[in-house]
Amino acid sequence: MNNKVISLEEAVAMIPDGATIMFGGFLGCGSAHHIINALAESGKKNFTIIGNDCGMAQGPCGIEYYGVSRLVHNHQVARVIATHVGMTPDVGTQGMVEKTLQVDLVPQGSLAEMIRAGGAGLGGVLTPTGVGTIVEDSPLCLGKQTIDGREYLLMKPVHADVAIVNAHMIDTFGNMWYKGTTRNFNPMMATAADLVIAEADNLVEIGDIAPENVHTSGACINYIVDGGKL
Amino acid sequence: MEKSEIKGFIAKRVAKELKDGDVVNLGIGLPTLVPHYLPEGIHVILQSENGIIGTGAKPTEEEAEPKYKTDAGGQPAQAAPFGCYIDSATSFGFIRGGHVNATILGGLEVDQEGSLSNWIIPGKKMPGMGGAMDLLVGAKEVIVAMEHTAKGNPKILKKCTLPYTAVHCVSKIITEMCVLEVTPDGLVMTEINPEFTVDDVKAATAADFTVASDLKDMTA
Repeated sequence: MNNKVISLEEAVAMIPDGATIMFGGFLGCGSAHHIINALAESGKKNFTIIGNDCGMAQGPCGIEYYGVSRLVHNHQVARVIATHVGMTPDVGTQGMVEKTLQVDLVPQGSLAEMIRAGGAGLGGVLTPTGVGTIVEDSPLCLGKQTIDGREYLLMKPVHADVAIVNAHMIDTFGNMWYKGTTRNFNPMMATAADLVIAEADNLVEIGDIAPENVHTSGACINYIVDGGKL
Repeated sequence: MEKSEIKGFIAKRVAKELKDGDVVNLGIGLPTLVPHYLPEGIHVILQSENGIIGTGAKPTEEEAEPKYKTDAGGQPAQAAPFGCYIDSATSFGFIRGGHVNATILGGLEVDQEGSLSNWIIPGKKMPGMGGAMDLLVGAKEVIVAMEHTAKGNPKILKKCTLPYTAVHCVSKIITEMCVLEVTPDGLVMTEINPEFTVDDVKAATAADFTVASDLKDMTA
């Protein structure tokens, strides 16, 4: 089988300006920090980024611009599709004051399913969440339907050019094992992009993760970066 | 009541709503105080929407793994010995699917139709709804736990003025003044804090409500 392990530089070179990129992680927990930081240093821009949030301006252990907040802070992002951006004040500044950033907020459960739908060949998601709210006006909402007397919003499936995912343990085939709460959006995103790059905190050999314990199959992963210690 | 006592007072009353074995999701702030006031013998299963069913005790500084195990506010957390870690699609399937007995959260505004606004102040703040819209729609019981007024202005209104988080979703409103139940006939005050009169509550509330014929003491 092809060797999937590439360098950080090779990974960044695969991501063009203007790409639509999904980033796994929940406030930076479960994000591919080494790839994100290298992308921040690359100066590439006009990204559309999709993820739960935009990381945290003040991360754990005194880290500044934790997760994708670094890309937003560097003005590398043109559009954000997320559920919560309150921990990265730059999003509010660029979105509401400078008006240089398009921000589309959708409910967390809806976004998880929209990404899952994007990776699972489904034409959309019918969810009761958001009925009667301004989510109905979102460009990602296609309308309302009544089924068995209950109203649902039809939310678009979401697909990306690139997904950047992360796990504590990844074998050389790309099989992933997530630790703690790092799983969040990573498994769905690994199925919902044309190019999927996974960052391993620990790169291990095939067989080190028993088949029963594989959370995301390496069949979904195109390339692996040995990120090393967080 | 001293200002500093209000949050604990509300949390203590909210705790009486929970039954042994309930699956509960707590919003940030005041709701996180509720578990401290659970009556003896009542244990609940806490859910963190970022990916824990069965959240355990807050980890000590030595136990904490802030890059691997957090709650939905990004603070260190961990699963209880019986708990598990899940992905976001599973987490919200669990929430929307009616597997959460109660969600307890604060509000900027609540109205007499049981609709809640707590996620955005247009033009001023756009933190995002996060998981709140799904929780309000999916949890079997939605308990709004908040101070009755904000700087003296009513928060319980005839109709919310801020964008809704969800409509017709609230089961009960618990404040330092009273307990209001949302019924098909509108708001009903079922309990009152004896420090206040019904007229005091009326003056602090912009919504219409009726007073239950068997109005109880909420501190009893």
